Amino acid sequence: MIEIITALLILAGGIFAFVASVGMLRLPDTIIRMHAATKAGALGSGLIFIALACYYLELSTTLRALAAVFFLLLTAPVAAHLIGRAAYCSRVNLWHKTWIDEFANVCDWCEASGDGEGASECEIEEK
Amino acid sequence: MGMESMFLKGATEMALILLTLAILLALIRLVIGPDPADRIVALDLISVLIVAYLGAFSVYTGEKAFLDVAIAYALIAFLGTVALARFRERLAKRTGSGNSEEEG
Repeated sequence: MIEIITALLILAGGIFAFVASVGMLRLPDTIIRMHAATKAGALGSGLIFIALACYYLELSTTLRALAAVFFLLLTAPVAAHLIGRAAYCSRVNLWHKTWIDEFANVCDWCEASGDGEGASECEIEEK
Repeated sequence: MGMESMFLKGATEMALILLTLAILLALIRLVIGPDPADRIVALDLISVLIVAYLGAFSVYTGEKAFLDVAIAYALIAFLGTVALARFRERLAKRTGSGNSEEEG
């Protein structure tokens, strides 16, 4: 019975990882692609590690698998935040249907937290 | 070797095939990504997929040591992603917009 659960979990993890990668290839925008990459990638890896814990059924292996899942859930938002901030600071081309861009008129919100060496170069005047 | 073990073996092989295809698809995005931020996202996804592949491979071979390899690889991959994202942000600050379009 535990082997059936393990097989279903590992198959679900593989399918989620594949869907994440298809979204990585098909979605139109850097910011939208990060949605597929970080969220579903962490979910696929988490399901596979839970399957690993169900497969061995030992205390040390289960604790290590849960530690790996916890670490993935801890680091995925941090990496997503940093990549999204870097992508938005470099003014990547947004999708043409994106109609909310709350920092479009603010020139130097990105330079304000750094060393302030690079002056604001955007041509849109702040109202 | 009952019916359930056969099902588990088939499911593990299927998951390994799916993970290999997923890594190949992310590799296409790593090659064609128009911005360096796209390539950083693709590299982050590839490292997470390799961690998942190590977990599935540990079930496939019955070797527990791959779990430790997966944890260590997750640590190193997170540090690499953070370093690349900081590099991209610093490049954007230094060169104004930093957008690597040809017409810009």
